[in-house]
Amino acid sequence: MRAEKAGLRIFKRFLMAFSQLFVRSFIALVGMGLFLAGPARAADLSDDSASILAGNCVNCHGPSGRSLSAIPTIRGVNEEQLRVRLMAFREGRDAGVTVMTRLMKGYDADQIAALAKWFAKDRAP
Amino acid sequence: MTGLSRRRILGSLAAGSVALAAPSIVRAGAGSARVVIVGGGFGGATAARYLKLRAPQLRVTLIEPARRFYTCPFSNLYLAGLRSWESIGHGYDGLRGAGVELVHAQAEDVDTRLRTVRLSTGQTLGWDRLVLSPGVDMRWNALEGYDEAASLLAPHAWKAGPQTQLLRRQMEAMEQGGTFVMVIPENPFRCPPGPYERAAMLAHYFSRHNPRAKILLLDAKDNFSKKGLFQQGWKALYGDMIEWVGLTDDGQVTRVDAKALEVQTAFGQVHKASVLNVIPPQKAGFIAERAGVVDASGWVPVKAESFETQRVAGIYALGDATIAAPMPKSAFVANTQAKLAAAAIVAELTGRVPPVASYANTCYSLLAPGYGISVAGVYRAEQGGIAEVPGSGGVSPANADAAFRAAEAAYGESWYAAICADIWGR
Ligand SMILES: Cc1cc2nc3c(=O)[nH]c(=O)nc-3n(C[C@H](O)[C@H](O)[C@H](O)COP(=O)(O)OP(=O)(O)OC[C@H]3O[C@@H](n4cnc5c(N)ncnc54)[C@H](O)[C@@H]3O)c2cc1C
Repeated sequence: MRAEKAGLRIFKRFLMAFSQLFVRSFIALVGMGLFLAGPARAADLSDDSASILAGNCVNCHGPSGRSLSAIPTIRGVNEEQLRVRLMAFREGRDAGVTVMTRLMKGYDADQIAALAKWFAKDRAP
Repeated sequence: MTGLSRRRILGSLAAGSVALAAPSIVRAGAGSARVVIVGGGFGGATAARYLKLRAPQLRVTLIEPARRFYTCPFSNLYLAGLRSWESIGHGYDGLRGAGVELVHAQAEDVDTRLRTVRLSTGQTLGWDRLVLSPGVDMRWNALEGYDEAASLLAPHAWKAGPQTQLLRRQMEAMEQGGTFVMVIPENPFRCPPGPYERAAMLAHYFSRHNPRAKILLLDAKDNFSKKGLFQQGWKALYGDMIEWVGLTDDGQVTRVDAKALEVQTAFGQVHKASVLNVIPPQKAGFIAERAGVVDASGWVPVKAESFETQRVAGIYALGDATIAAPMPKSAFVANTQAKLAAAAIVAELTGRVPPVASYANTCYSLLAPGYGISVAGVYRAEQGGIAEVPGSGGVSPANADAAFRAAEAAYGESWYAAICADIWGR
C-alpha cells in the first residue's frame, strides 16, 4: 500500500517534471519563432475568465479591442499570429516595444492563448 | 451547469439579445435582480456598463450627482493648456443607451439590514447587490489649517472640477517670477504619479508664460512613483524650474496658512507661496463609512477575488476607496476591478462559477508634448490578498531615446480615448 503510494508519488513527480520541461521547451520553441509545437491550450480557462483577461486589454486597445487611435486594434486578428506576437512580447524579444513586454510578463502561455482566442472572434465586450 | 451551456448563455449575453435564463436571478426577484451603484466615475460607471453587457435583464441603477463627469486623468494637461476643459468631460447618455438607469443625486446613507440606500432627493432605493465606487474624500484638518474653506484659497485640485479651474486661474494670475508651492502627502493617496506629472505640466505652462517662475514640491515622502524618470525628465525639459524636497530634507508640511499662502514644515521652516496647491491626506468617500465597510484606516478592505467588501456581504467596493495595494489608486485599476466585480456579481446571481481574478494597470504621465513615461503592472488574487504577478510590470527604461518617449506620449493619449470610450462612450 505504502510502496504503491510512493510509487505513484514518484510517477507524479516524473510527470510534473516532464510537463514542466515540455512547457519550457514549448516556450523556447515559440521564442525561437518556430511554432512547430502548435497552439497552447486555452481550454481550461472558462470564457468568463478569458473575458476578464480581455477586459485588461481593451481600456488601451479600444472597446472590444477595436482601437480608436495609435494603439493597434486586436479584435479580429488571426488567433495564431496574435498568440505568437503576444508570446514574443512576453519573452521581450520585440525591439522598440514600450509597455507590452512589461504587461505580457504578467500572463502565462495558457492565458495568452486564451486572449488570442478571445480577440480572434468577432464579439463583444 | 456544464461548460458548454455556460458558454452558450455567455455567448447570448455577449450578443445582448437573448434574455438570461438563470435560476437565482429569478430567485432574487420578479425576473431580475437589482444592482445599485454609487459613483459614476471610473469604477462605478465601468461596473454599470459591464453588468449590463453581461446580464442585459439585470436592473442596474447608477447614482451620481454630476450630469457630466470631469476626469482627473488629463486634468494636469488642462492646467498646462494642452487640453480644453470640455475635452475631459463625459456625459451619461452612452450608459443610458446601454440600459443603465441614471439617478442624478447623492447617496446619503445605506441600510445594510433592509438593503436600501437613501438619496439626497429623499428617495430610497432597494438593492440586491450594492457597489460603492465613491472615490476619495479629503481628510480636512488632518493637515493643520487645511479645511474645506482653506481649499478655496489654496486649492487641492485633486478632484477634477471647480478646484481644477480655480488652480488654473491662479496660475494665470501668478506674478512673474513667483513661486508655485505644491504640498504632497504620504501614501496611500489617489494617483501616486499625479503630483509629479502636475509639476511637469505646470513647468510646461510657466516656461511659456512665466519663465522665471519656480515650482517647489514639498513632499512627505522620500520616494515616489517613477521618481528617477520624473527627475531626469524635469531636468532635461525645464532645467532648474522644479525643485523637489523630500521628507529627509524637511519636505513634510505640518501646517498650512491658506490666507497668508504660507506653509510650515516639520522642522519649522516657513515657505511663502505665490500660488499654493495643497494635496491633503485622503480617505474613502463618506458613503463607504455610512455603509460600515471601512476599517480604522478610513479605506475599505475587500476580498481580492471579487471586490466584495470584507465587512458586509452583498456590498462591493471599487477603485480609490479600497485597500488594494500593491495596485495603485488609478483610473486604469478601478476599471479592471469593476470588470471583475461585475463578472463576480453576475456569476453569483446566476449560480455560475466565478471568474479567475486578474487586474492590470498602466499609468502614463506626460512631462511635455511628445514626452511620456509609464508604469505598469499585472495583478492577481492570491491567498490572503492581491499580488503583482512576479516578473511583470515596472517603469519605462531610464535613458530611452526620444522616439520611445514620444511613443509613450502618444499611447497615453490613446489610452485616455480608449478607456473613456469603454466607460462612457459607444
Ligand atoms: C491629477 C490627477 C491625475 C490622474 N491621472 C491619472 C491617469 O493618468 N491615469 C490613471 O489611471 N489614473 C489617474 N488618476 C487617478 C484617477 O482619477 C482615480 O484613480 C479614479 O478616478 C478612481 O476611480 P473611482 O471610481 O474610485 O473614483 P472617481 O473616478 O473619483 O469616481 C467617484 C464618483 O463617485 C461620486 N460620488 C462620491 N460619493 C458619492 C455619493 N455619496 N453618492 C453619489 N455619488 C458619489 C463622485 O461624484 C464621483 O463622480 C489621476 C488623479 C488625479 C488627481
